[in-house]
Amino acid sequence: MISELLSATVLIGILASGIRLATPYLYAAIGETFGQKSGVLNLGVEGQMLLGSFAAFYVAFNTGSLWLGLLAAILVGAAMGLAMAYVTVNLRAQQGISGIGFYLFGLGMSELLFQILMGTVETAQGFPKVYIPGLSDIPGIGEIFFSQNVLVYGAFLLVPLSSFVLNKTTLGLKIRAVGENPDAADSLGVSVARIRYFTIILGGALSGIAGASLSIALLNVFQQNMTSGLGFIAVALVYFGGWKPLGVLWGALLFSMVNSLQLWIQVLGIPIPSDIAVMMPYVLTILVLIASVSRVRSPSALSKPFERES
Amino acid sequence: MRQRLETLFDALLPVLATLAALAVGALMLLILKVNPITAYAALWDGAFGSVNSFAETLVKATPLLLVALGICISFRGDVINIGGEGQMIVGAVTATWVGLTFTDAPGWLVITLALFAGFLGGALWGGIPGALKARFNVNEILSTVMMNAIAVQLMNFLLRGPMIDPSQAQLASKIPQTARLLDAFHLARLVPTRLHLGALIAVILAILVYILLWRTVLGYRIRAVGQSPFASRYAGIKTPQYMALALLLSGAFAGLAGAIQVYGVNYRMITDGSASGFTGAAGFNGIVAALFGQLHPLWSIPASILFGALLVGANKMQRVVQIPSALITVMNGLVVVFVVSSEIWRRRRQRRRLTQTPEAETPSKQDQPEIGKEARQ
Repeated sequence: MISELLSATVLIGILASGIRLATPYLYAAIGETFGQKSGVLNLGVEGQMLLGSFAAFYVAFNTGSLWLGLLAAILVGAAMGLAMAYVTVNLRAQQGISGIGFYLFGLGMSELLFQILMGTVETAQGFPKVYIPGLSDIPGIGEIFFSQNVLVYGAFLLVPLSSFVLNKTTLGLKIRAVGENPDAADSLGVSVARIRYFTIILGGALSGIAGASLSIALLNVFQQNMTSGLGFIAVALVYFGGWKPLGVLWGALLFSMVNSLQLWIQVLGIPIPSDIAVMMPYVLTILVLIASVSRVRSPSALSKPFERES
Repeated sequence: MRQRLETLFDALLPVLATLAALAVGALMLLILKVNPITAYAALWDGAFGSVNSFAETLVKATPLLLVALGICISFRGDVINIGGEGQMIVGAVTATWVGLTFTDAPGWLVITLALFAGFLGGALWGGIPGALKARFNVNEILSTVMMNAIAVQLMNFLLRGPMIDPSQAQLASKIPQTARLLDAFHLARLVPTRLHLGALIAVILAILVYILLWRTVLGYRIRAVGQSPFASRYAGIKTPQYMALALLLSGAFAGLAGAIQVYGVNYRMITDGSASGFTGAAGFNGIVAALFGQLHPLWSIPASILFGALLVGANKMQRVVQIPSALITVMNGLVVVFVVSSEIWRRRRQRRRLTQTPEAETPSKQDQPEIGKEARQ
């Protein structure tokens, strides 16, 4: 049985689907990283993903254009981000709880729209695989890394890109300043509100893409509550990654590889009860949270509403 | 006079928030070309239209109230417990195990033991994230969410394997459910309705939680930690321990909710693979009810009835105007967002009062903690 797991084809399969499964976690967790770096804890990621996922599927299914579907997901996620930003920045509401409110809103709304507009579960053609010329022919490596769909490539390109923005640009400096010491940033003329609006809306848009990656690139179907906790795991990955995009990448890969292994264990009929196998990634997340908290310090102003001293 | 009016306004904020949510709901109904008045009338009728429907509302309100009581404890202690779903499940599993194991014992004894087992099961499932927070500073929001997912799989595993109904185990269908509890083990009912003793237990516990929070040293310390962790630490209160304890107690009440759901309503556990298949999302909606009741155990009673009514009425609304009951989930979400958003007016006024009349009434009457202050690591 173990030898079956270790055969080259299976190993390549596990790794390739592990890379693919990391996609939604990466988009959502990197979006959340921007928010938390600026001091905002957004727990509504799951709701944003669900609505984005539905929007993408519905638009793509009816227009036949996957790109329009993706755009719809981005807009829906950004709109929810805008609402979240107004509530947490202007109304200074408690971030954790308002996030739960947005989660319930997205959960209910995506189900409501699904039942009214579609009613039955449909499947659709998702983003096709794009074979990178040359590289995809490398045995093994090619199948794992260079034969994926465009959203997968996008997710992995997002990591260095966001790392660059956060660490090497003025914008990134402002985001970090607002998250560490909003009073100081404010006195230097950085608009705390504007930066937080930007990061929360960006986070919403990325969560929307994360949802779309499920419904029009990985599973190619929309079902009620199809994210089933994925958005919350993405928030956990931000802690795991120590608020760094590269750290988030390692966390997402660890998580998706375990998930992929779990799926293959079921496919191969290895006698571990499937319920127990499905449980593993969640147990892993808790262990990972234990291991990661002592290592890094969170942004000082995380989850604190900013109020100007007057 | 003005002060009194303002206090009244503060107390009414949740009601205003609900009205706002209902207004948004009405707008959505209009977009769906449904007359909101017809829809809301059906909702009202479904929840309060007859003795039977009112009893159903109370049946639905019972787990909400029990979860809400736990939420009152944890949120007042500045610990955010999102794990109500998992805690309910584990409480239900342990309670069901008692009922299926001690089949020869007298009913009252088994019921008592089972509810206690449910309490302990929930306490375990809340206590683990509590201990992780106290010992390793693990964010409890995330760990409780993970514990939810683990609990669901645990339930699925047990109901498909070790705890499966022996008669199902022989069938090809193998419906994942436990055997039915003996009739002697069912909580007493107010026939002909489905209203059961659990509702009364929940109300009594609401009074006990009130006493716990405001009349005991333990409750005082939990609230002190919630209001000002730093000051509490100065005063010698072991802050992490009390946070863990608040989370443990919170889980215990959710576990009891799960146990009562089995012994009062379902008489067996059955799974459709999801958490809400068993809990009816009470683990989340209990949070909504508690927030709505301003994290006060006694105010949580009417709040739970209100949300129980929304859930029961939603089914009727679905039948009459063909609007999916998911609309109620949307509105619950909006109520949460509106309630937490409306806090700003209360805080503003408090501050005004403080700056204008420093020696006059202190705002400590409004001893609402700022939840989530410590939600960061």
